[in-house]
Formats: sequence, C-alpha cells, structure tokens
Amino acid sequence: MRAVLAIVRKDLLIEWRTRETVVTTAVLGILLVTVLAVAHDPTPAAAPALVAPVVWAAVVFTGLLGVERGFLLEREQDCLGGLRGAPIDPTALYVAKLLVNVLLLSVTQAVVVPLTGLFLRVDLWHAVPSLVVVLFLGTVGFAAVATLFAFVTVRLRTRQVMLPLLVLPLLMPLLIAAVKATEAVLGPGLGTARDAVGVLVSFDVIFVTAGLLLFPAIIRD
Amino acid sequence: MRGMEWFGALASAALVAVLYVALLVAPEAVGEGAVQRILYIHAPSAFAAYGCIFVAAGASAVYLWKRSPAADRLAASAAEVGVLMCTFVLVTGSIWGRARWNAWWTPDPRLTLMLILWAIYVSYVLLRAFGGDDEEIAPYAAVVAIAGVLAIPAIRVSSRLMRGIHPSVIAPRDGGTGLADPYMRLALWGGAVAMLLVAAWLVTVRTRLERVEREVRAVRRAADAAEGVV
Amino acid sequence: MSAPALDARGIWRDFSGHPVLRGVDLTVEAGETVVLLGPNGAGKSTLLRILALLLRPRAGEIRIGGHDAGRERAEAVRRVGYLGHESGCYPDLSARENLAFYADLFGVADAVHTDELLAWTGLADAERRPLRACSRGMVQRVALARALLHRPALVLLDEPFTGLDPAATEALDARLRALRREGAAALITVHDVARAASLGTRVLILHAGRLAWTSGGAVADPAALAETYRAVTAGRG
Repeated sequence: MRAVLAIVRKDLLIEWRTRETVVTTAVLGILLVTVLAVAHDPTPAAAPALVAPVVWAAVVFTGLLGVERGFLLEREQDCLGGLRGAPIDPTALYVAKLLVNVLLLSVTQAVVVPLTGLFLRVDLWHAVPSLVVVLFLGTVGFAAVATLFAFVTVRLRTRQVMLPLLVLPLLMPLLIAAVKATEAVLGPGLGTARDAVGVLVSFDVIFVTAGLLLFPAIIRD
Repeated sequence: MRGMEWFGALASAALVAVLYVALLVAPEAVGEGAVQRILYIHAPSAFAAYGCIFVAAGASAVYLWKRSPAADRLAASAAEVGVLMCTFVLVTGSIWGRARWNAWWTPDPRLTLMLILWAIYVSYVLLRAFGGDDEEIAPYAAVVAIAGVLAIPAIRVSSRLMRGIHPSVIAPRDGGTGLADPYMRLALWGGAVAMLLVAAWLVTVRTRLERVEREVRAVRRAADAAEGVV
Repeated sequence: MSAPALDARGIWRDFSGHPVLRGVDLTVEAGETVVLLGPNGAGKSTLLRILALLLRPRAGEIRIGGHDAGRERAEAVRRVGYLGHESGCYPDLSARENLAFYADLFGVADAVHTDELLAWTGLADAERRPLRACSRGMVQRVALARALLHRPALVLLDEPFTGLDPAATEALDARLRALRREGAAALITVHDVARAASLGTRVLILHAGRLAWTSGGAVADPAALAETYRAVTAGRG
C-alpha cells in the first residue's frame, strides 16, 4: 500500500514537472471534439445524439495516448529495474499506474466533456452527477485494460499501432455500454440504462481483477 | 505421424459425411431456399471457434503458471485456428445475410460477438508476429488470449444492448428450436462434431509445426550471433 | 559462521538460443570486494543482472545473505543494491526527489543516512534541478546513492567507473572503501585491469560464459594480472 502511494506520488510529481501528458491529451481531445462535432455540423435536433459517441471517442483516443507515458517513463534509465529491485508487491505497480491513469484521464475529460457540450450546444449541467458516475465507471474499465496492455506494448517498436490494436476489440463492450449509459443520462435518466451500467460495473470488476492477477505474471522476468 | 494421418482421415471423413447430409439429405428449410444450408457450416464453425478460443486461453493460463513452452505453442496454434474458424463464421454469416435479407452485415448479437472475438485473436496473432522473440513475447500474448475469454460475457450482454432496426434476425438455430427435421439436427450437431475434429486436427498439426519453426528460428539466431551479426 | 553475502551456483543463461552463461559458481563474503573482469560480450552484465534478481537464469540457485532468491524473494531483494549501465533514476526529478522516492519504496526510515548520501552526491542544494540537467558524473553519484540507500549487504556495480572524471572516480573509490569498512560485500565489474588490481580483495575473470580464472586473494602485481588476463581471454573458449 505504501508502495502504491509512493509510486503515485512520484508519477504525479513527474507529471506536474513536465505537464506532458495532460497537455498533449487535452489538446488532442480538443482537436478531436472540434473535428467530430463542429465539422459534422449537426442540426439542433440531431446534436444531442452526437454527444455520447463524441465524448467516448475522445476518451478512447486521448486515453490511448495517455496510458503509454506511464510505462515509457519507467523504461528510461531502467527505472523499471529500480522498481523491480525493491521489496514491493508487483501488483502495487499496476495499481499505482492504474490510479494515475484514471486521475489524468479524468482531468482531460473535465476539459473535453464541457467542450463537447459547448460545440454541440447541448446543456450538460443538469446531468452532471450521473455523467460523472458513468465517465468514472467507463474510465476505470478503460484504464484497467489499457494500463495492462500499455505494459505489454511498451517494449515494442510498433507500440503505437499495437496498443490500439490489442485494446480496442477488448474495449468494445465497455464502449457500447458507456455510450448507451451516457445517452440515458442525457435523456430519460440513468435508471433506464440498468443493463448498460451493469456491463460497466462488471467489466470494471473483471478487468481490474484480471489486471491484478496477470500483471505480476508478466513483470516477472 | 501415423496417428496424425488417421486423425486427419477421420476428421475429413466426418466433414464429408456431414456435408453429404447437409447438402443432400436434410430437407430444405421452408421459405428459406438452398442458402439456408450454409447454416451447417456456419454454426459448427462457431462451435469450433469457441473451442479453439477456450483452448488458447486455457493453454495461456497454464503457460503463465508453469512457463511450459509446450503450453505456449498450443496456445499460439489454437488462437490461429480460432481465427480461421471465426473467419468461416463471419464469411458464411455474411453470405447468408446477403442472400436472405440483402444485407452484408446484420447486427445480430452473436455475430457481433464473433466479430469482436475475431478481432481480439487476430491481434493475438499480430502480436506474436511482430512482437519479436517467441519466448519473450509469450507471456504478453498469453495475457491477450486470457483477456479475450474474460471479455466474452461483457461482449454478449453489450451486443444485446445494440438493438438495430432489424428484428431478431437470425432465428434461434443451435439448441434445437427452429430445426424440426431430425436430419437437419443431425447435420447441425454432426457438423459441430466434424468441425471440432477438423479444428483439433489443425491445432495439433500446427502445434507440431510451431515447435519445428521455433527451433529453426532459434538456430538461425544462434548462427547469426555466432557470426557476429545481430 | 554466517551465510555469505552472495552464494550463486550453476548459473546458466541463454540469449536468443545460445548460451551466455554456462554454469557460473560465485561466492562473495561480507567485507569482500570482488572484481569481475572479462572481454565485451563475456556475460558480465548479464551475470550481474541475474545476481541482482532482475533476470531469471535458465538454471541455478542464488542465495543472498542466506535467503534463497526463489523462495524468499522479498528478503533477498532487500539485501541487494544494484547499479547497472543506466542510473535507475528519473531524469525529470531532482536528486533529492529521487532518493526520497526510493527511501519511501524501501521503507528507509533513517533520514540522517538519506541526507548524508544526498550530501555526498553534491546535489543536496539543487532542490529542483532535474537529473536531466546534471552531468554524467553527478547522475552516477545519485545512482550509486540510490543503490546504497537501503544499506544493502551486497552491492553489485556494473562498470561504475566508466565515463567518470578523476574527481568523481576518486569519490567513488572512497565510497567503496567505506563500504568495505562497514562490512558490506561488493561485486564490481571493471574494464581496466589496473583498477581491478587496486580495487579488489579478489579478482575473477569471466570468459565465454565461465569463470575462467580466480585470484586466491588480493592481487599484488597488476602487470602479472594483465598478463594472466591476456592469456586467459586469448582463446574463444
């Protein structure tokens, strides 16, 4: 536990120093939303239907960009060796990276989501609490899978292609459910999307557990 | 290789027998036309696909636990054959859909599941192909195979969330409802067995081939290293 | 008679199918400074990484301070400090921040010791200066401080003198002598035969994956050592 906090603190400190991740992902998010929302130029009637897909497309692409950095910085100067040489549980590294990714992704979302509402001229305020819940559930599931596979692909020259390739099919169920849930939140209310929320929660549970179990097996050598 | 030859012969015979029943003996489904017979390849392939996928995931889990190279080879082969089977399902499903409803793709939840699984195991194959050294990439590939199986429940439920304009497109097929005639059921279940045999044979052959391939790659690398070429 | 700081037996390791280490046996007692010599590609770095428990050997047993690395990994790992070719320190953080992190990770409570090591690196005052902006010699000092932070009983250093200026070399020398006085065991790889002679209480030569030669004790004559080295490493093994 202490190890998790130490690593999280260290990662956040590095991020604070360099501001690399948050800035680049926020910029990418803004660009994406601009292209998807503005270029599409929907009618006021059609606009609300676009919010959910645009938000989640932005979450996915900014997320893919963001999770890479987590393990990339450990490869510099063999810091991963430094971590593995410490008497800590390997799952602590996974948990720490997962937490940091969720945090940084949430920061990006705090920029991208309001912007989407702005461009599509849809009022999101009334839905904020439920929206936050859905975003959180989706982000945790995304990060659980993406963090694990970021570690898998970080050693590959082809990492920038392999990461989306490996992660996107696995994330399909999460994305479908997240979009459905988001649509419900902006419309009839979260209660109507019980199935979708169920998928989100169970996906989160399954894949965080999977990450906790599988990560030590791949960090071994 | 004697055993393998018998096995291969058996699998082929089963397949031929099923095709005979499927194409000639089973009556035509009412109102659907001859294309409906493609079901007898379509559904059994799905059966075999799931078989391969579960074998791949299971072997991957064994590999992560025991680090046995044999388990890894089995996983790699099963995943490849699984992709092949998934491709059969998707292609036959597509042809059937085109013939029946004039649509190359139907948002049927089962087909969506198969498509996503296809994508997951294709990514497994690509990871192995581009991930470098077999031994190095093995644990990572194993994670992909296992994650694929873990995603199945979520994919099933979420695919059902996606209700398209089409009504429940493909009538319930496996499980017996909708197939009244005993010959049809024979063709279907016989087909499942036959496809499983074919898949099992392919996996076994492929696993042995994989072993030889890896040895060749290792020898090549050693030769390069010895000569000072990296 | 307490357990040796390091007891490794039968270490085998392959790389891309061909063997790099072929059954290496190695023991280091407390207070010893063992120097490992060998030509490039002999497997020194690989061996050190394996002894640092960062790489798994194909076969072999390693005991650190009596603790078996396979069964009691946490206990074994705690007793090892390793510095490889890379610093293991985050370039975007300062020396102080790096050491604070590792102190946290290893549960080092002794702030005095940490501060003392930090002062030794000469970067105590550069509060915010990231290591990226420091010279190699200074980074190497921070890296060594990181390796020594948790007072390991066994210190493994892979070519620590490479790329250091005379002042930094002197500081490292002094540090190693202090370590020996404190009773820690050290296994160091160097390139320079002369340094090996002056540094070590015992010298080993690794060639073609095996320990081809070992001096009984301290090496008195550097010239003789150089001759021995040439002789031993002449063949392809």
